[in-house]
Amino acid sequence: MNGVHDMGGMHGFGPVEPEANEPVFHAPWEGRVLALRRALGAWRKWNIDAGRHSIETLPPADYLRLSYYEKWLASAIKLALGAGLITQRELETGKRDPSVPVATPPLTADKVLPAILKGGPTHRETAATPRFAAGQAVRAREINPTGHTRLPRYVRGRRGMIERDHGAHVFPDSNARFLGENPQYLYTVRFSARELWGEAANPGDAVYLDLWEDYLDVA
Amino acid sequence: MADEHDHDHDNHLSETVLRVKALESLLVEKGLVDPAALDAMVDVYENKIGPRNGAKVVAKAWTDPAYKARLMADATAAIAELGYSGAQGEHMVVVENTPTVHNLVVCTLCSCYPWPVLGLPPVWYKSSAYRSRAVIDPRGVLKDFGLTVPDDVAVRVWDSTAEIRYLVLPERPAGTEGLGAEALEALVTRDTMIGTAKVMP
Repeated sequence: MNGVHDMGGMHGFGPVEPEANEPVFHAPWEGRVLALRRALGAWRKWNIDAGRHSIETLPPADYLRLSYYEKWLASAIKLALGAGLITQRELETGKRDPSVPVATPPLTADKVLPAILKGGPTHRETAATPRFAAGQAVRAREINPTGHTRLPRYVRGRRGMIERDHGAHVFPDSNARFLGENPQYLYTVRFSARELWGEAANPGDAVYLDLWEDYLDVA
Repeated sequence: MADEHDHDHDNHLSETVLRVKALESLLVEKGLVDPAALDAMVDVYENKIGPRNGAKVVAKAWTDPAYKARLMADATAAIAELGYSGAQGEHMVVVENTPTVHNLVVCTLCSCYPWPVLGLPPVWYKSSAYRSRAVIDPRGVLKDFGLTVPDDVAVRVWDSTAEIRYLVLPERPAGTEGLGAEALEALVTRDTMIGTAKVMP
């Protein structure tokens, strides 16, 4: 979707302001939100792409106003409601619906570190042959998907070069909609800064993006 | 659960804090999450997984040419040799700064960041200012960090649009030839591995 989250190349957000000696969490609730959202994820009612899309589809003004962990909180609630893990009434009253049996959490303390160290690889074996090869010129498609996509607006229609083949990876556009993993080849594509931003850009500079086959055409 | 809290104290907490507490209480009551698992996860990211991991990778690459070769060929496997792997670092790529190339990592679409080696991202990395400008004006962003990259040094920006996560291998500073891996590691800051700073001797 052409959402406000797709920020590459926008102006007006001011300077980057690093904070010296920044803590991991600025308040305990931030850590709780991170942990809550990931612990809910252990129910496997949604995937990482659907999770990202739940943040992208926050109202644009909220997206810009809320802090990172406030967005995670809103997203956790939205995902849990959507998956039927909690109901609106439970959320409003803070009391569980007694007609629903108490569940057993899939993620217990002993499983936390092993689960983190294992992660969720997105590489998949495929019998397909790659459509592109390193060094080949490609053009990012001029498409405007209304659902989740990882093809930023700033490269659509632009010409780049395949830098590297990463093998087949889960395709976010279909996975986010629970339409299957649809694994397809993923490539690092190099775009010169001048191709993206015009002649004022430094001639040696470039931006690299990881793009799936469905985002690319032969140039 | 809410009745167990000290209400005088709760009165001073913000609405967000109360909402988080209420949500956690509900989810625990429903048996959806284990509070001990939440504690464990917070502990991992506050105390166990952070930029010191990445600094160890960098220092080893600087001092062990065979390791560096493995790191550049298959970063995921080489980083796993040191025990770092998993969530948000399942597929790692290391990009090397040289006298002619400066690398900078961003995620314009959200906040993708190599958690196993750098921990959770700082607020500025997730900010609209950084995400919007890093790709169109990387040299300007680097100036915000006090870093001026000469025109004849190519700036390469890595926009983490898939599940590949990038770690910058910064340049080893001159004058550190006598230092061992442990001393070198102490010089490597988080920002040098994102690409917004250089390692200082």
